[in-house]
Amino acid sequence: MTDIRYVAPQTLDEAVGAYAAAGSAARILAGGTDLLVQMRSGAVKPGLIVDIKKIRELTAIDELSGGSFRVGAAVPGAVLAEHPRFGKVWPGVLESVNLIGSTQVQGRASAGGNLCNASPAGDSVPAMIAAGAVVTVQGPDGRRELDVEDVPAGPGRTNLKPGEILVSFTLPPRPPGSSDAYLRMIPRTEMDIAVVGCGVSLTLKGGVCTHARVGLGAVAPTALLIEPAAQALIGSRLDDAAINAAANACRAACRPIDDKRGTIAYRTQIAGVLLKRTAKIAAERAQGK
Amino acid sequence: MNIVVNNKWIGQRTIRPDGVDKVTGRAAFAADTAMPGMIWGKVLRSPHPHARIRSIDTSRAEALPGVKAVVTSRDIVDFPIEKSVMLGIQDMRWMCRNVMARDKALFPGHPVAAVAATTEAIAARACELIEVDYEVLPWSIEIDDAIKPDAPILHEFNKFEGKPSNIVGTLEHKKGDIEQGFKQADVVIERTFTTRPVHQGYIEPHACLISVAADGKTTIWSSSQGQFMVRAMTAYLTGIPQSDIRAIPAEIGGGFGGKTIVYLEPLATLLAKKSGRPVKMVMTREEVMRATGPTSGSKSTVKIGAKKDGTIVAAQGTFYLQAGAFPGSPIRGAAGCSFAPYDIPNVLSVGFDVCSNRSKVAAYRAPGAPIGAYAVECVLDEVAESLKMDPLDFRLKNAAKQGTKAAHGPVFPRIGYVETVEAARNHPHYSAPLGKLQGRGVASGFWFNAGGESSAQVNITEDGNVVVTTGHPDIGGSRAGIANVCAELLGIDYRRVSVIIGDTQTVGFSNLTGGSRVLFASAMVVTQATEKVINTLRERAAKIWEIDPEAVKWENGAAHPASPNAGQFEPLTLEDLAEKAPMQGGPIGAGVQLNTQGAEGGFGTHICDVEVDIELGIARVIRYTAVQDVGRAVHPGYVEGQLQGGVAQGIGWALNEEYIYRSDGKVDNPGFLDYRMPVCSDLPMIDTVLVEVPNPKHPQGVKGVGEVPLVPVMAAVANAIYRAVGKRFYALPMSPPKVLEGLETPPLQQAAE
Ligand SMILES: Cc1cc2nc3c(=O)[nH]c(=O)nc-3n(C[C@H](O)[C@H](O)[C@H](O)COP(=O)(O)OP(=O)(O)OC[C@H]3O[C@@H](n4cnc5c(N)ncnc54)[C@H](O)[C@@H]3O)c2cc1C
Repeated sequence: MTDIRYVAPQTLDEAVGAYAAAGSAARILAGGTDLLVQMRSGAVKPGLIVDIKKIRELTAIDELSGGSFRVGAAVPGAVLAEHPRFGKVWPGVLESVNLIGSTQVQGRASAGGNLCNASPAGDSVPAMIAAGAVVTVQGPDGRRELDVEDVPAGPGRTNLKPGEILVSFTLPPRPPGSSDAYLRMIPRTEMDIAVVGCGVSLTLKGGVCTHARVGLGAVAPTALLIEPAAQALIGSRLDDAAINAAANACRAACRPIDDKRGTIAYRTQIAGVLLKRTAKIAAERAQGK
Repeated sequence: MNIVVNNKWIGQRTIRPDGVDKVTGRAAFAADTAMPGMIWGKVLRSPHPHARIRSIDTSRAEALPGVKAVVTSRDIVDFPIEKSVMLGIQDMRWMCRNVMARDKALFPGHPVAAVAATTEAIAARACELIEVDYEVLPWSIEIDDAIKPDAPILHEFNKFEGKPSNIVGTLEHKKGDIEQGFKQADVVIERTFTTRPVHQGYIEPHACLISVAADGKTTIWSSSQGQFMVRAMTAYLTGIPQSDIRAIPAEIGGGFGGKTIVYLEPLATLLAKKSGRPVKMVMTREEVMRATGPTSGSKSTVKIGAKKDGTIVAAQGTFYLQAGAFPGSPIRGAAGCSFAPYDIPNVLSVGFDVCSNRSKVAAYRAPGAPIGAYAVECVLDEVAESLKMDPLDFRLKNAAKQGTKAAHGPVFPRIGYVETVEAARNHPHYSAPLGKLQGRGVASGFWFNAGGESSAQVNITEDGNVVVTTGHPDIGGSRAGIANVCAELLGIDYRRVSVIIGDTQTVGFSNLTGGSRVLFASAMVVTQATEKVINTLRERAAKIWEIDPEAVKWENGAAHPASPNAGQFEPLTLEDLAEKAPMQGGPIGAGVQLNTQGAEGGFGTHICDVEVDIELGIARVIRYTAVQDVGRAVHPGYVEGQLQGGVAQGIGWALNEEYIYRSDGKVDNPGFLDYRMPVCSDLPMIDTVLVEVPNPKHPQGVKGVGEVPLVPVMAAVANAIYRAVGKRFYALPMSPPKVLEGLETPPLQQAAE
């Protein structure tokens, strides 16, 4: 039997040091709702666990002076839900994080873990992509920033370099008339994995869409930013033609697989359906409805 | 027989005796037990669907430090295939090969060897060190593949129509002449249906702790639906006499039929015997899903003919059921139950038992009956529709009644089927308005129910309270029902009756908790034992009063003079008589053992509303009412619980649950994430209507209630989906991709362009 070492440093520098030093045998522990499950099943056998929940920057939620939000990578879903402002500004991101698991899981699960676990079906990832979130990572060579859609590299793989830890998500300031939404298709009503997930963020001025971003999950090896869908919405009054064009753009971008959770044909079809529904909710929210 | 009519406790929603332990976490399930010196057992399982085992080399595993014992099929008692040895519905020829593969591994997950070591991790490591030389063979899983002429044969000795075959059994029920019958029909509808294998889905994985002493005395703690079954099967498979095996039933975290056979106990017993240490084994969920019995997948063809006036004149059913690796699929339930609610003059119902390379099926709530009813009740819906008849009126017109001869043999006594259909028709649910894309379906179902062996001991404690010991594991609230019955008879508060489940060496033989038999059978033996106790109490009072026992009556927990002529005496309470017992003839108690008879079949009729999201293909059940003839609800809360639980499982079976196989023959969804049982938020509150047509052959009028409620559900859901979207689905589960595919025209692929 292999021994597992566990450390819970107070500072990011210590965490990066320990993590980098231990090499590929080390794992970061945020909420553990993926990691511990994977350890139990024998899929991963870490020699070192670096718990990042004692580090302030990773567990803080800050609304910055310019109106942007910075959310620590290890903030649990339940804590994000309790923030007085976050859910008003980013209802779609919040609902995507809060969809993860059950009440018990919400007490632990983080958006950082969801992103770094790199499942194509992670719920918060399409919503973060739609939001235009930028992540800060820190490693042995210092800090850098990446667009959130550039973090996943494929199922279970990220573009983080050895020793790099995801520190936080930064979500841009919101002009008036902006909102977002996230919907997923699951066969049940909860405790399930997205067959397709769709995040839409948009800004409306006088009924015209001036800005939009669309993220899709579970339809390709990584969650995708669907620029043609956003382009179809921007400049329109979100009329049927624009929404249908965006839905078709979503379907065209799908590169799904046939698996136990859904067929290629089903996922592709549903991606368009969800785009329509999600865009409608985001638009209603943006208009204060 | 006297039917208790006016009563205080029967029909009360008393608090279940095991309730506090369960909600506080004190209840001890099989995996909660531990012993000093205990070690851990693990099973090495076949990775192949079908392979000849050329050799097994365990030497490296045995040499691993910490390993205390290894067993293979050589250690298990062999039952040669030439001679059947039955234990209940299980044949020991198949059991000995199911708990440990002998010459062939027949499904991925089939045990090949077992190891006991000081830790679970060492045992798991030792399993990896066992070298098995497999000759991998071609395999089949689906029925159509398994019955092809060139299909790989699992059991070469088995012949069907003179040739080696995977068809390992058939069953036929025949009544009248179907050819003549169909000739009289104005409408004939024939359809073919398929269902996928589904697992019972109990939360508690199989687990046991077993100690074998130096003198061979064996103690088993395990979770099962029958400690006597555990004892007998373990004895058969290990060669230890039953008198040396004490099987102690742990609290059980669900079984639904799936814990009516053993998997781990014989292996753990042999490991404990070899190592001299207590051995604990706990399956992972994955092992449960891969290697324990789900129920069959099926392929059924049903043809029903009716006259214009709605009279059904002929019915034919052909039911192919997957048995898994060994013979024994529940064709009896499928072929026998599915036409039973109806009085049909001409019936031919045939079942085929088909082996294939998946885990051996185990019982699941009304085994086979839901599969048959799904096909029959869907065809009935189509026949009713083509006759422009209300589906419940159509059922009423053809309903089986007292005197109807069922195709599977019996002539029905007084039964309550008509009452269930009438109650459904009169229920406000049946006439409630429906919204857009909503539909309402109905279906009925029947299950045989069972009686059989049961034992009970009723003892009066020295302080005048009562302990009842019975022999059936309580999986549905039976202890509460038994307390109600005993308290009623003795005329005391039910809290003074403590009901426990005895182990195999302390209570008389009691058959499995299965077949919806437990309250039927145990209420019968407990009633007789309590009546004996009451007679003793009357005799004691008579002796004290120096009058004739016949002149003493028992009422409200005390002996009274039967009439003023008997004399004027102060009543003697149970406490009084218990206190005086040492001076008046000693301890008071009685045991009764019976092979109980008179369990009558049960009928139910269900109403289901669904709403379909036609863009996503999701069907959601939005309202559900289950009506059932329950005989007498001794404890209505637990009867309702049985109905609701059965419906919940049926909704899962109808909409999402299924074993999904990969192209290499392995189960692709061996966990609760992708094996989708419904969660609470998937279900509406399930309404129940308890129709009480008492069973005249039972002292309290009890009929089995636990299995019927699963039987009608899939058809009710399917019929509701049809009414919502105008499209019939002939395959389960009706999961979103399949529903969407069925609804989309043009097909999805094109729409996606
Ligand atoms: C019952 C249950 C239900 C679930 N339901 C859902 C669901 O509905 N939707 C869904 O998307 N997911 C679901 N999940 C999966 C899981 O809960 C989520 O992915 C969750 O967001 C993971 O967050 P965590 O903080 O627990 O991550 P952890 O388990 O702590 O980490 C996940 C992975 O990311 C790595 N990691 C974590 N933080 C960092 C960091 N800051 N820097 C670098 N690497 C890091 C870890 O090493 C690990 O490999 C469910 C899990 C369970 C057990």
